Amino acid sequence: MEMTGLFFYMISVLIAGGIYAVLCLALNVQWGMGGLFNAGIAGFFAVGAYASAIVTTAVSSKHLGGFALPIPFGLVAAMIVAGLTGWVVAKICVRLKSDYLAMASVGIAEILRLVIVNESWLTNGSLGIAGVPRPFGDLVQGREADLVYLAVVWTCVLCVYILCQRLYVSPWGRTLRAIRDNEDSARAAGKDVDWFRLQTFVIGCAIMGLAGGLSAHYFKFLSPSATEPLLVTFLVWVMLMAGGSGNNKGAIVGALAIWFIWSATEIFTSRLPPEWITRSSYIRMLLVGLLLQFVLQKFRSGLVPEKSPKIRSD
Amino acid sequence: MSALLSVKGLIAGYGGVPIIENINLDVEDHEISVIIGPNGAGKSTLLKTIFALTARSEGTISFAGKDISGLKTAKLVPLGISMVPQSRNVFPTLTVDENLDVGTYAAPPKDKDAVRENVLSLFPDLRDKLDQAAGELSGGQRQMVAMGRALMSEPKLLLLDEPTAGLSPAYLEVIFDLLLDIRKRGVTILMVEQNAKQALRIADNGHVLVSGKNFISGTGDALLNDDAVRRSFLGGAAA
Amino acid sequence: MIDFINLYLVPGLTIGSIYALGAVGISMIFGILRFAHFAHGDLMTIGGYGVLTAVWFIPVHPLLLLPFGIALAIVSALAVDQFFYKPLRKLPTIYTVIASFGVALIFRSLAQLFWSSGNQVFTSGVRMPVVLFDTFRISELHMQVIVLTLIIAVALHFFLTRSKLGRAMRAVSDEPELAAVAGLDTERVIRWTWVIGASMAATAGVFAGMDTSMHPNLGWNLLLAMFAAAVLGGIGKPMGAIAGGLLIGIAEETATFTWLSDEPLISPSYKSAVAFFIMVALLLFRPQGLFKGRLL
Repeated sequence: MEMTGLFFYMISVLIAGGIYAVLCLALNVQWGMGGLFNAGIAGFFAVGAYASAIVTTAVSSKHLGGFALPIPFGLVAAMIVAGLTGWVVAKICVRLKSDYLAMASVGIAEILRLVIVNESWLTNGSLGIAGVPRPFGDLVQGREADLVYLAVVWTCVLCVYILCQRLYVSPWGRTLRAIRDNEDSARAAGKDVDWFRLQTFVIGCAIMGLAGGLSAHYFKFLSPSATEPLLVTFLVWVMLMAGGSGNNKGAIVGALAIWFIWSATEIFTSRLPPEWITRSSYIRMLLVGLLLQFVLQKFRSGLVPEKSPKIRSD
Repeated sequence: MSALLSVKGLIAGYGGVPIIENINLDVEDHEISVIIGPNGAGKSTLLKTIFALTARSEGTISFAGKDISGLKTAKLVPLGISMVPQSRNVFPTLTVDENLDVGTYAAPPKDKDAVRENVLSLFPDLRDKLDQAAGELSGGQRQMVAMGRALMSEPKLLLLDEPTAGLSPAYLEVIFDLLLDIRKRGVTILMVEQNAKQALRIADNGHVLVSGKNFISGTGDALLNDDAVRRSFLGGAAA
Repeated sequence: MIDFINLYLVPGLTIGSIYALGAVGISMIFGILRFAHFAHGDLMTIGGYGVLTAVWFIPVHPLLLLPFGIALAIVSALAVDQFFYKPLRKLPTIYTVIASFGVALIFRSLAQLFWSSGNQVFTSGVRMPVVLFDTFRISELHMQVIVLTLIIAVALHFFLTRSKLGRAMRAVSDEPELAAVAGLDTERVIRWTWVIGASMAATAGVFAGMDTSMHPNLGWNLLLAMFAAAVLGGIGKPMGAIAGGLLIGIAEETATFTWLSDEPLISPSYKSAVAFFIMVALLLFRPQGLFKGRLL
């Protein structure tokens, strides 16, 4: 691949990597800090993407639109809609064992998918929504626009990182980790465990919605079949576990590391003869599944292990 | 005559922190032996360690002349030891009959019906409740099912962790009488008890544990009349 | 009325039977191993493919080759328990749930590698329905599924109440620590839980594959409904899971009936949402299900 081609390929890898980093940071809030297993990541991601698309696109006969609001509004709408959806799910399950929340999150992801596919008046169904705007769309085009978007995505990553770090070291975060490590003691100490869990889930879902919005504005087009939802959910889990759950730096490191490996193998397998390409994608999924088992058994603290922050002696 | 159960230098605890240290204890055949002491003294831990429910760090345990220190619980039941835990000691959705039946699985008897008849003769109240779910019974009746289940494996040694916990005073008498009956049938009993005075009254030997260590041991009578023991654990008044 | 029975009730009982068989395994695993088994649907898929492959070599009626699918599912279940779940048993059970999520993906990738990702049918061509009393038109397959499931349900009941192993399983499900105190071989009970769960899953998978076609997502698509069925019956109550499965199947199919007007009550595209909403209602109002199962 010639140099500029390679360069811009790297840009696209970094943009996607950044979006995954946002997803990982979100999941870290839910799992790393809250001990909640969200198996429906792709659903919250999708609902955020569609919310942002609907809010920012022009009038269309094919789907709900016409608000044509600026992109920041879209991203905020994405966060609100995803957060609200998360609130509904968590409110139902939060007082039960986390297995139920896991199953309910799978369920809600499926319901959201059904709604997206069937309610064509809203989403144009399987045909998808086109013409999702890019930030500064009038000022830059083509490859320069990608560079601009790279900056946009990683600015968001930075903001989310700072937010999550603040949450982590705050009294709120400390309580959350106390609940994660020993729920009974926390309850005995008078903490409203359910309320904390609810907040955690909602915040995480909102950030996942943001990631969805970022994705929509990058690809400028979205459809329910664009990405295999289960793979996205799964990859994010592997990324967080491998990077270091409970740890915001680990979330970003894990996202980039796994995404680089994934993209590298994609370059490699795209050179193979056609029958082998599909095969290799299944082999790759199999290996990711096995990687998760390995990390769970032997490598639970991840690449960047969690270190309790020093408690400031206020 | 060597003891049925012999514990020497036992150290055990959780996560590296020892709860009991250097415990020495002998239980003779056919005796009722009682372990008493203040809360948190490690009495339950001692019992659980003997029954391999808690990991032992050091020391030896021998039973009927055989070293059982490293054996898992499932191997101890066929050897002739049974335990009645303090709480959650019945299978609530299983019927009384099924609870008793489960007691024979680890050590299947030659004549299960005879064993069952034997056990039910100790707990006649359970006869008309055989098809009731154990979880629906009262606390006292549940305790009987729990003891019955433990006796179904025809143990030589019966371990009991606070058998009277949570029971009404009327049931206390019933339980202690039952223990005497059980001993009459040839079963040795080692139990942890909070009702120290009454337990010592039926005990042949007693062991006082304080802060995870042996404090004093002696016959039931001796301990009942010991001033230090009386003052600390028996409420001060004469036995 | 006849239409209702032919087109809604019987198909509902059929898919309900499939849910029931899958839910039994999920309920038992949740009861004894204390975790939600996310890979259970894919275990169904494996079983289905096992029989499909056997049919390629021995061209008889697929149900006669059920043992092959069951064997493959049992081996797979015991293998994943040994290598992926057992090492995590001492940790909080949520880790095993995550592992099972990974196992689901592993099973699905293997299915796609070995059997391709497209649809594969057991038998091609249209099957003529059986006509009873000149009015009921029921597909032969649906009859087989419903009858076989009822037989399995009765056998399961006797197994759980009368046999030593069945009682031991119920004991471990009730109080695992007491079971250990009573000297029960808990690992053996766990192994048999997988054997029974996998056998039922494989059977359900073959039924589902014969009803539609075999494809790698067959089991995963049914997982949510089966989980709802397990919750409906009460976690840890295998007979409850059967009842739950049948109820959810009937609810799903009859939800699209023209109860109130000429339009279906629920649009057929949203059929799979019915199970989800039943589960939500349960989790909100009665998480212990119909037969008071375990919650935690």
